[in-house]
Amino acid sequence: MATTDTAAAAEHAASGLHIDPMHQFVVQPIIPIKIGNLDLSFTNSSLWMVIGLVLVCLVLLSGPNRLVPGRLQSVGELAYEFISGMMRDVLGNTGRGFFPFVFTLFMFVLASNMLGMVPYSFTVTSHIIITFALAAVVFIGATVVGFIVHGTGYLKLFVPSGVPIFLLPLLVVIEIVSYFTRPMSLSVRLFANMMAGHTMLKVFGAFVVGLGFLGGWGPLAIMVALNGLETLVAFLQAYVFVVLTVIYLNDALNMHH
Amino acid sequence: MDAEAAKLIGAGLAAIALAGAGIGIGLIFGNYLSGALRNPAAAQSQFPNLLLGFALAEATGLFGLVVALIILFVF
Repeated sequence: MATTDTAAAAEHAASGLHIDPMHQFVVQPIIPIKIGNLDLSFTNSSLWMVIGLVLVCLVLLSGPNRLVPGRLQSVGELAYEFISGMMRDVLGNTGRGFFPFVFTLFMFVLASNMLGMVPYSFTVTSHIIITFALAAVVFIGATVVGFIVHGTGYLKLFVPSGVPIFLLPLLVVIEIVSYFTRPMSLSVRLFANMMAGHTMLKVFGAFVVGLGFLGGWGPLAIMVALNGLETLVAFLQAYVFVVLTVIYLNDALNMHH
Repeated sequence: MDAEAAKLIGAGLAAIALAGAGIGIGLIFGNYLSGALRNPAAAQSQFPNLLLGFALAEATGLFGLVVALIILFVF
C-alpha cells in the first residue's frame, strides 16, 4: 500500500496536478496534552469549535436587548423565531422545555458548517466522531425522555397499531431495527454531506487551477456556484439535523403509533 | 483477481447509489414545480418541506460514498 501511494504521488507530481482533497480533514494537535494514555490535545478541531462558540455568543449576546433590535440582535431573533416556529409545527404545545437544547444544537452545527466554508478553515462536522457524539446524545436523550413520560408503555412504539396479527412479529423487528439505526443515519447524513461537499470543492478547485490562467475562468464561475450550493447544504443539513431531533423527541413525547 | 483491483471496482460500484439520489432529487423538485404551478398560493408554505426532502434524498446518495470510503480505507 505504501509503495503504491508513493508511486501515485510521484505520478501526480510528474503530471503537475496536485490534488490532495483529504488533507483538509487532518486533525493536528495545537497544544499537546497527554494524561496517561489519554490524548486530550487541543487540536485544530477544538479550536474551530471554540471559534464557533464564541461567534454564536457574540451574535446572540451582543449588547443590551433593545425593544427595536439592532442588526446583530435581529439575526439572533430571526434564528430564535426560526427554530421556535419549527418546534411549534412539529411538537405543538408540548416539549417547550427542550427548546434550549434544540436551539443550542442548531447553532453549534450551523456555526461549524458555516465556518467550514471559510477557505483554509477546518470543518468540525466533517468528522463522524463529532456528529455521532451529537446524534448519540439525541438518541439516548429521546429514549430516556420516552421512558420517563410513558414508562414501559414506551415499548408500544415498536408495535404498530392496526396490522394483521401474523405480520406483527416481522413488523416489530423492522421497527426495532429502524429505531436503532436512527443515530447512525442522523450522524452519517451530516458527516457525509460535509465531507463529500468539501472533497468535491477541493477536487474541482484543483481542476480550475490545473486549467491555468487562460482556461480557468469559465470553470471558476461554476466553482462560485458550487460554493453557493455548499453554503446552502451547510445550512440545510444543520436544519435537517434539528428537524429530525425534534421528530424523534415528538415520537418520545406524543407516541403517534 | 488482485484484492486491490477488487477494492477499486467495489468502490466504483458503490457510486451507483448516486443514480437513486439523482432520481429522488429530480422527483422532489419536479413534483414541487408541478404542484406549485397548479396552486401557486400554496407553494411558499411548502418550500421548507421541499428543502427538507431535498436534503434527505441527497443524503441517501452520500451513504453510497461512505460505503466506497469504507471499502477503500478500512479493509
